[in-house]
Amino acid sequence: MIELDQVQKSYQVGGRAIPALQPTDLTIDTGEVFGIVGHSGAGKSTLVRLINLLERPTGGRVLVDGEDVTHYDAAELRAFRRKVGMIFQHFNLLSSRTVADNIAFPMKLAGIYSRGQIRDRVAELLALVSLTDQGSKYPSQLSGGQKQRVGIARALACRPSILLCDEATSALDPQTTQSVLRLLAEINRELGLTIVLITHEMDVVRRICDRVAVMDGGRIVEMGPVTDVFLHPEHPTTRDFVFESENVDREELQQDLQHAPGRILRLTFRGESTYQPLLGHVARASGVDFSILSGRIDHIKDTPYGQLTLSLVGGNLEQAMSEFEAADVHVEVVR
Amino acid sequence: MMESLLTNVDWVEIGWASWDTLVMVGMSLLFSVLIGLPVGVLLFLTGKRQLLEQPVAYAILSFIVNVLRSVPFIILLIVMIPVTVMIIGTSLGVAGAIPPLVAGGAPFFARLVETSLREVDRGIIEATQAMGANVRQIIFGALLPEALPGIIAGITVTAITLVSYAAMSGVVGGGGLGDLAIRFGYQRFQTDVMVITVALLVVFVQLLQMLGDRLVLYFSRK
Repeated sequence: MIELDQVQKSYQVGGRAIPALQPTDLTIDTGEVFGIVGHSGAGKSTLVRLINLLERPTGGRVLVDGEDVTHYDAAELRAFRRKVGMIFQHFNLLSSRTVADNIAFPMKLAGIYSRGQIRDRVAELLALVSLTDQGSKYPSQLSGGQKQRVGIARALACRPSILLCDEATSALDPQTTQSVLRLLAEINRELGLTIVLITHEMDVVRRICDRVAVMDGGRIVEMGPVTDVFLHPEHPTTRDFVFESENVDREELQQDLQHAPGRILRLTFRGESTYQPLLGHVARASGVDFSILSGRIDHIKDTPYGQLTLSLVGGNLEQAMSEFEAADVHVEVVR
Repeated sequence: MMESLLTNVDWVEIGWASWDTLVMVGMSLLFSVLIGLPVGVLLFLTGKRQLLEQPVAYAILSFIVNVLRSVPFIILLIVMIPVTVMIIGTSLGVAGAIPPLVAGGAPFFARLVETSLREVDRGIIEATQAMGANVRQIIFGALLPEALPGIIAGITVTAITLVSYAAMSGVVGGGGLGDLAIRFGYQRFQTDVMVITVALLVVFVQLLQMLGDRLVLYFSRK
């Protein structure tokens, strides 16, 4: 478990303290995939670096499994960092070492593993990230996705319990992003690793995160289970991120809504209700006519969801709404 | 034909002078690297926003390096004479030329090392820190290996600079090809000796550059 207790960070620039992170409380549970989204400069990069103390907090405490790591001395801090793997946007592999040597590097630094142990572990990790026959290549000979796989293998070398991902997929194309995310989800599931990932892509959060925090201006503005934050965003920044990820042009949507007759409802289906043939049933029972203005069916991590915007004319509107709600569908009256 | 064109050229003398130049450059390069490498690493580490940021230490080190680099080498040769006598016992000959050559070469090389270390991606240092490396491990495990091609290029440039410095040391009684060029080529107007020594120096520099380039290529993995 990772706990941030009133953690804050400011930088001294020309004698003035510029805050990068306002005092923040945050608890990340063991084994969960926790996403932090925000635009660049929102403080997410600082936040993730406060966990392994690459950045020193200017106030507050960082507790990992109940221990205050901010008071560790140099040797304790180095031992702690071995238990926290980290991967980066630009991979940060050593160009002078082969793939296998890159993966072995953290184990060599630890100085507690024998040659045989290192060799076996490297082979195991190469297999885990599907790069078994690439061990003797140099990073410059690999594609971006392969480099990030090496980064992941390297981060896992000393069997950490936490993996920090700093924009790990932002430099990759969509297809490679998918495969790297799938690998991360697999690692989370099979090794029970806690993953903290920062990103500016809501889609990444939607695919693999359990919970998400949205950051803006150095503070967390919204936080909760991904399904809640995604389907019912409260804060304007969160709304921007969600709309952006759904490729929705808000002005176009407003225009469409203006032309539609009757009442406009937004229905949100979650889980099993997504697959129920509900619309026809409700229309018959309540006598309303409906037309679909927009709609999508997709997944948030493993949960299917659907979102429909309907315009309803005639019939018994009250009855229609209560029928929807009785079927566990979230109803929002847009107009 | 050759004989009539190169009447003044004593090939045995040329051979010894070439050897002397080789020894002066080789020895001074060795000490320049031995001194300049750690100084360059320190300059880098104590610099602004680096691992061991120490503004005062950096300012002092940087000042010394700048002073030695700003003195024209021909003046440094003369200024260094008492120091050289103290270290070597004489300021003359091949041995006497080495201390001023190192005084000129080491700070030059230190700056080149500092520059090539700065070119190492900060992300690599951060990643190595995140793995739990201490400063020594970061220097020897990540910084120096990553900067190696740049450092080798720096050694090549330093070696070539030392060839020209070594030739200058002939003025204050050093040895080697420069000494020959000044004593015979310049003072006795033996143009043929001048031509031969200059040609040899050109060949020497060419060979050094080629060797350096090959090594850089060999160690570059980018």
